[in-house]
Amino acid sequence: MNDSGTFWLPEAASTVAAEVDGLFYFVYWASAIIFVGVVAAMIYLAYKYRRRDPNDRPEPVEESRLLEISWIVVPTILVLLVFTWGFQTFVTLQTAPPNAYEIQGQAYSYGWNFEYPEGAQTTDELYLPADRPVQIRLSSREGDVLHSFFLPQFRVKQDVLPNRYTSVWFEATEPGTYELFCTEYCGVGHSQMLGEVNVLPADEFDEWVAEAGINEDDLSLVELGELQYQRNGCQGCHSLDGSAMAGPTFQGLYESERAFADAGSVEADDNYLRESIIEPDAKVVEGYGSGIMPSFAHLSERDVTALVEFIKEQE
Amino acid sequence: MEAAAHAASQTDAEPRTYLNHETSLWEWLTTKDHKKIGIMYLISLAVVFLVAGLLAMAVRLELMSPDFSIMSASQYNQTFTMHGIMMVFLFIVPSIPAILGNFVLPLQIGAKDVAFPRLNLASWYVYMAGGVLTVTALLVGELSTGWTFYTPYSSQQGTAVIFMTGAIFVSGFASIFTGLNFIVTIHKMRAPGMTWNRLPLFVWGLYATSIVQVLATPVVGITMLLLILEQTLQIGIFDPALGGDPILFQHFFWFYSHPAVYIMILPAFGILSELIATFSRQRIFGYRAIALSSVAIAMLGFLVWGHHMFVSGQSAISSIVFSLITYLIGIPSGIKIFNWIATMYKGSVWLQTPMLYALSFLFLFTIGGLTGIMVGVLGVDVHLHDTYFVVGHFHYVMMGGSVIALLGGMHYWWPKITGRMYNETLGKIAAGLVFVGFNVTFFTQLVLGSQGMPRRYYEYVDRFAELHMISTIGSFILASGLFLVLGYALHSLFYGKKAPQNPWAAATLEWTNVAAIPDPHNFTSTPLVTRGPYDFHKADEVFGGSGDGQARGDGAGSDASRLTPPEAAPSAPKEDASA
Amino acid sequence: MSTETAPATTESVETEHDHHPSHLQHHFVSSEQQFDSAKLGMWLFLITEILLFSALFVAYAVYRNWNPVAFAEASSTLDWVLGSVNTIVLLTSSLTVALSIHFIQKNDRKKTVISLLATLALAGGFLVIKYFEYMAKFEHGIYPGEAFAPTGSGYEYLAAIPYVPQFFSIYFVMTGIHGVHVVIGMGLISWMAWRAHRGDFSDEWYTPVELTGLYWHIVDIIWIFLFPLLYLV
Repeated sequence: MNDSGTFWLPEAASTVAAEVDGLFYFVYWASAIIFVGVVAAMIYLAYKYRRRDPNDRPEPVEESRLLEISWIVVPTILVLLVFTWGFQTFVTLQTAPPNAYEIQGQAYSYGWNFEYPEGAQTTDELYLPADRPVQIRLSSREGDVLHSFFLPQFRVKQDVLPNRYTSVWFEATEPGTYELFCTEYCGVGHSQMLGEVNVLPADEFDEWVAEAGINEDDLSLVELGELQYQRNGCQGCHSLDGSAMAGPTFQGLYESERAFADAGSVEADDNYLRESIIEPDAKVVEGYGSGIMPSFAHLSERDVTALVEFIKEQE
Repeated sequence: MEAAAHAASQTDAEPRTYLNHETSLWEWLTTKDHKKIGIMYLISLAVVFLVAGLLAMAVRLELMSPDFSIMSASQYNQTFTMHGIMMVFLFIVPSIPAILGNFVLPLQIGAKDVAFPRLNLASWYVYMAGGVLTVTALLVGELSTGWTFYTPYSSQQGTAVIFMTGAIFVSGFASIFTGLNFIVTIHKMRAPGMTWNRLPLFVWGLYATSIVQVLATPVVGITMLLLILEQTLQIGIFDPALGGDPILFQHFFWFYSHPAVYIMILPAFGILSELIATFSRQRIFGYRAIALSSVAIAMLGFLVWGHHMFVSGQSAISSIVFSLITYLIGIPSGIKIFNWIATMYKGSVWLQTPMLYALSFLFLFTIGGLTGIMVGVLGVDVHLHDTYFVVGHFHYVMMGGSVIALLGGMHYWWPKITGRMYNETLGKIAAGLVFVGFNVTFFTQLVLGSQGMPRRYYEYVDRFAELHMISTIGSFILASGLFLVLGYALHSLFYGKKAPQNPWAAATLEWTNVAAIPDPHNFTSTPLVTRGPYDFHKADEVFGGSGDGQARGDGAGSDASRLTPPEAAPSAPKEDASA
Repeated sequence: MSTETAPATTESVETEHDHHPSHLQHHFVSSEQQFDSAKLGMWLFLITEILLFSALFVAYAVYRNWNPVAFAEASSTLDWVLGSVNTIVLLTSSLTVALSIHFIQKNDRKKTVISLLATLALAGGFLVIKYFEYMAKFEHGIYPGEAFAPTGSGYEYLAAIPYVPQFFSIYFVMTGIHGVHVVIGMGLISWMAWRAHRGDFSDEWYTPVELTGLYWHIVDIIWIFLFPLLYLV
């Protein structure tokens, strides 16, 4: 990411960003002028009319109707101006051009899946063509919670809901790498629900999207397991390097002794791993809460097997 | 407080005051005296503020740098959740009305008590019941929903949510009781001559606040009840998996929680008018505009909740309408700021600690208001929503507005409440520390947010590191200022100089017609009001004559032991009104 | 004018009580002031009640608008005859509670107590009918929320219609909260009847009876909105 942002705003990398920034700075400078005026008047009056004698007994000041009306009318005009401008920008943000390139986005706790019309799928990485309007249709996974899709360098944001579509559109202007944040609080992995936005020049993007369509049947079980590990958001809670997260790490998990919250213990064999994926609360390891991990019973038989094989590989 | 009462009763020939009258613990716990209830609220709320403030310090410490950590992600989520819930529902919403409103309102309108003293006491007990439920929630499990309880996340969490929403439901009644009591008190209990145009502006502020409390709180009550039912019975009102609508929850939640912002700020406006007028010794410029704009804000405040939801997925039309009304509500707030500043014109500005807080308020609230306009601009809000810009903005309004005004008001009425003066020098130093610390902490957060830092993040990307460090340093300065206040306040209870009846030479009834420490029944005789609350040019009883320069009460100059002024403001003959 | 100052009265505060009737609390100047205050307070409380229910009405409106078929089907299984009877029962109880205020104004203590007891009986009747309605639903597995599992003829087909549980959730929540209000009202009315019997009230002072009456009317009015929305529409 090239560091060309200003004091207030990060780098602008979409067509709408310029418009939003213009509006932001207009309101900002208008506010700054009002603020300086208010503070200057306050300091001046507090100093000029400071109490010189405890017995000061100033004469009452007559109210000025004209003054009062003026400071009702002038701010009203100002805010109506700002409203109109903000309204127009909002309409731009809301109305996607009909020729927009459509990407499906799915949020889950805690990650992002994207699917492109050509069949490519990515996780936590969004690839975009430069200089072409893109519309992303968003939803949260069934039974999941609210998330929010925020691209700070593009100045766009949209809440993502389960059981409903929302959408966001923009046109990237500069090839480069940008940030994707989740901005609707979604739980313990909220701050790790990040993504990377890669804007490619149009021709490179076409090349990428043609190559990136993966045929799952061609993958080995361990490779498919790794893909499922990312797609299902396992990495949000289960690390591969032994670091502590909301769930137990997968490192060295296989064939280790597991002690449970309700006493008792068992060796983590293949069937234990399978059970923990399908029915996570059946056995909860000591020190971890129940009811946190959702069931993954909806995965296909091959996907579950792939995950088990993948976990076995993490020594 | 009781220690102060005890100290006061030791002095010989001390007349009866509310602090040396009925002093046993049982008598305190069953008191119907609005002043004692105010003090009971003060102690409870001070504890809540301390705990919630320490939680905020823990949050800031965790965020100090990306590599530094004192807690896990789950603990962090619980910490900011409890900070938010306690500060909003259990501290700022009740704070000014329950402490200062209770203590000052009947004194300012010349009443012996609020209209329903038993209901007033019940309000404190209900509030404490809410506190007990909050503690229960903490004991039974993890609470990490954020103070907004957005569904479906909140309906998937454990039993702690049930207790916490129960606590909010219950403490909502405390709020309703207070609001209802104040409205009736203001309508029915005013002293003879206390017309609506002669009401002190603090009373007007409380009146507008009470309207909002009475109208908005039931909605959060039912929302919390529905959330509990959603949790226990899965009734499917808010959970999309059951056909419910999470956006409906947001509508319900903000229908209360936006007006709640006005519950927090309107009484602060009231305090500010008292401080500016008294310490400028000048009539409030545009009394009527300030009084009516409070009521206007209270009403309009019900029509803007949707501006919290511009990116939630609500329809574009609603967003546009909500945005427009949001601007309209900015105007009455602006009018107030201009009027307060104009009040100093040709006045006699006395920069005591309460006035320093008042000027801080003008500085901070102006930033809070202007950033409010920025997040109200539709196109810009899309970028700023749910970032630290919003966090900075609402802290400027809630802490820079409400809490700063509360601090100013506490200093202002401290002599009346405790009968003691606080240390003025330390007071000024603390006010300076709070002002500087606050700006360092939260202005940084405005920049962080517009740079894209999302709120409620346990970890953050490296480019935010410097600003987070500055913000944490600021929070330490802020905390040191607040602890200094706590320190000299406690000191003043025991060793403070005895307060005179009217140390600030104020012209409202609680200073002119009430003893240095009020009588249990407030007034020895019902006051007869013959002038406006800030008519210093007519307030000869404040100056001890017809403006001959014999100013009473500028702290040092007055006689501390004198309990009734030589020339009290006029009193009505007894039983006059009932005749 | 500010020079006119009344001398500080030497009369101590306690002696004021001597002039006052026993029901008058010390911080009020007159009975009239106390009555007006109490009445204003009650009206404000009733406003909070209306707002409490209005959120539920909004939820009802939103979901009805989204799922009109489910709502129509589910609503048709409610027993409108029992609902109508209950409406009449509540309306009659509003009349008897109004009568009790009328009688106390005439200082007729006995008739006041009788009217209050009649109100109490009608309120109890309302709850009994409501109980049978609930039981008839529970029998067929119509529960609020998750436990919803319709069985038996006339109900089984509901299982196939999506969002029907939502209607019943709203139905049970709304009538349930209303029922809680009826129970609270019965408590208040019993207390009033007992106090009236004891002789606490007279034509000079009957504020608690009047306030209880106001509360009871609002409970009635809420039902008058609930009934057509849930049973008839």
